[in-house]
Amino acid sequence: MKNIVKALLGSAAIAMMAAPASAATLDDVKAKGHVQCGVNTGLIGFSAPDDQGNWKGLDVDFCRAVAAAIFDDPEAVEFTPLSAKDRFTALQSGEVDVLSRNTTWTISRDTALGLNFAGVTYYDGQGFMINAKKLEGINSALQLSGAAVCVQAGTTTELNLADYFKANNMEYSPVVFEKFEEVNAAYDAGRCDVYTTDQSGLYAVRLNLTNPDDHIVLPEIISKEPLGPAVRHGDDQWFDIVKWVYYALVNAEELGISQANLEEKMNSDNPEVRRLLGTEEGTKLGTDLGLTNDFAVRAIKHVGNYGEIFERNVGADSPLKISRGINALWTKGGLQYGMPIR
Amino acid sequence: MQEHDLSFVRAEMVANQPPPVSDHGPVSWLRKNLFANVTDSIFTILGIALIVMIVPPIIQWAFIDAQWTGADRSVCATVVQGGTQPEGWSGACWAFVDAKFQQFMFGRYPMDERWRVYLTGFLFVALLTPLLIPSVPRKGLNAILLFVVFPIVGFFLLSGGAFGLRPVPTPLWGGLLVTLVLAYVGIAVSFPLGILLALGRRSQMPVVKLVCVVFIETIRGVPLITILFMASVMLPLFLPPGTSFDKLLRALVGVALFASAYMAEVIRGGLQAIPKGQYEGADALGLSFWKKMNLVVLPQAIKLVIPGIVNTFIGLFKDTSLVYIIGMFDLLGAVRQNFADANWASPQTPITGLVFAGFVFWLFCFGMSRYSIFMERRLDTGHKR
Repeated sequence: MKNIVKALLGSAAIAMMAAPASAATLDDVKAKGHVQCGVNTGLIGFSAPDDQGNWKGLDVDFCRAVAAAIFDDPEAVEFTPLSAKDRFTALQSGEVDVLSRNTTWTISRDTALGLNFAGVTYYDGQGFMINAKKLEGINSALQLSGAAVCVQAGTTTELNLADYFKANNMEYSPVVFEKFEEVNAAYDAGRCDVYTTDQSGLYAVRLNLTNPDDHIVLPEIISKEPLGPAVRHGDDQWFDIVKWVYYALVNAEELGISQANLEEKMNSDNPEVRRLLGTEEGTKLGTDLGLTNDFAVRAIKHVGNYGEIFERNVGADSPLKISRGINALWTKGGLQYGMPIR
Repeated sequence: MQEHDLSFVRAEMVANQPPPVSDHGPVSWLRKNLFANVTDSIFTILGIALIVMIVPPIIQWAFIDAQWTGADRSVCATVVQGGTQPEGWSGACWAFVDAKFQQFMFGRYPMDERWRVYLTGFLFVALLTPLLIPSVPRKGLNAILLFVVFPIVGFFLLSGGAFGLRPVPTPLWGGLLVTLVLAYVGIAVSFPLGILLALGRRSQMPVVKLVCVVFIETIRGVPLITILFMASVMLPLFLPPGTSFDKLLRALVGVALFASAYMAEVIRGGLQAIPKGQYEGADALGLSFWKKMNLVVLPQAIKLVIPGIVNTFIGLFKDTSLVYIIGMFDLLGAVRQNFADANWASPQTPITGLVFAGFVFWLFCFGMSRYSIFMERRLDTGHKR
């Protein structure tokens, strides 16, 4: 997910890059007829193939929304599965137009790596899961001194874990594995007391446990992992497009516009709705972006609003059943806040 | 003349008696092979105990309790895990393999274009089989078809873009298809290239020798994963923006060069085992260098190192899984990628998927290994009586 070595390598690589990739991404995209989107090689709920081999997931759906906004066709997108190692170079070298690959927004990536993050499609954070039957009475991560902690190698998860235990003067013995399946199996077999990874990951782990009800997620979140789509520096128009497709999806949820009631909302008198859907007289909001005025309609029609994307892929309608939590709208106590479209 | 009463002399032969039980039959076999002495008996009993402990649970898991069909994870998860199986159930989730089988074989190759993969596979088998059977004639033509014509036909069939075939970009390829493409190209390139490198390394010409030594030692000194990583991450940065080599092509070149370096050393081992007299004999006959190698030295040298060659091939076949790290999905990659499908995530899914992938790899490697043993026996003319 986040790999220090890869980041360093990436920044070295960027330093070597003389010229940024060609500027007019939108023109390139229109010329080739599809958006090239970098996604994870396989992350539960975010990007994974279904039985027919079609990509599904929250990150995937965001790319489909961008494609729908441009081409009115959610299939006008091609996915490049990227490992944590080559995701940044793929974006920099122009291999992909958008990197929607559960990438954490950090200052160094914004600056040294030359990325522009268009928003946060999922607020994640590292948490702990324990077997409550085995470790009775523990209800805080601060009680975990001396625990054996299962963690995946080579991720910032490992570093955050070390920082957290050191900061709180606690001892721990890491049980490190290379692969996600290995960590799961080790934790399920009781080889370690605690499992730590991003919270969205912990929900995925629960699907693989023999007795999921015995396990609880502790309340402490020890790191901030805002995940969002990124584009490369040097093309403000393309950055705006990706950014405002995201805000359009969030605004659609705020205004209660969904795939189901879109037709009906097209005739709405609410000026905010009319501005978002481009039905206002003489509006230039969409064309100023380089798209059509109904770009939000296209995205919502094919992919749904932010809430629908969330529920379908990671929320109540998916096996993961992640609650909205801080990913709820700001009106409902969350952090998702759609910038005004006007 | 004295008359003898011959009534006590047998007129016919005694019918053959079966050998005594102590020398024949299952009991004696058991005594001879399994219970000859105390130590043997102890090991036999331990061995049987081990088999009894291990085999029935495996059969129970893989066949009896296994779920063969289903639509999603619920068939492979117990009630507490959100499925339909009773508490404590544990069995293989073949339903997962069943649902994803097409992906494991072809990756995301478009459904309506899959006939092209089938046709390529059919051509490959149709050309390979006669080449492997020694009694089928016209080996030379067959080899040219398989190693020169087939790659060109296969390339256009699989990737399209010509002759009215729809282009199928390589990122859509996956599964066993990618494994076999990598292995085929790796094997087809590394064998001749390895021979050339081995000859070059033993050459008297200093420049040729130096180039070969540097190539072999550099490639052999670097892990395959590094070569693939360089090819996929560093290469695009040195190229002008916008130009990007196909990822599969990069991996193919990496794998083929890597295998060539190993192959060169295996063949060099064979070359060194050939007595000097053979070289001198060929020279005395006035053969040119290439004729000497072709007719005298290489046939003997390669025969000697068949186990080493096949070892390299098998290693290469399995190493293809490493392309996973550059975001390509061979068989193992496709299986692992599908673990991320929330619809199928269950405690049994990963192990079932990995058992399946392991079995397919084993089938191919075992096949190669058996064929090499067959070839060794057939060619072992110098030592066999």
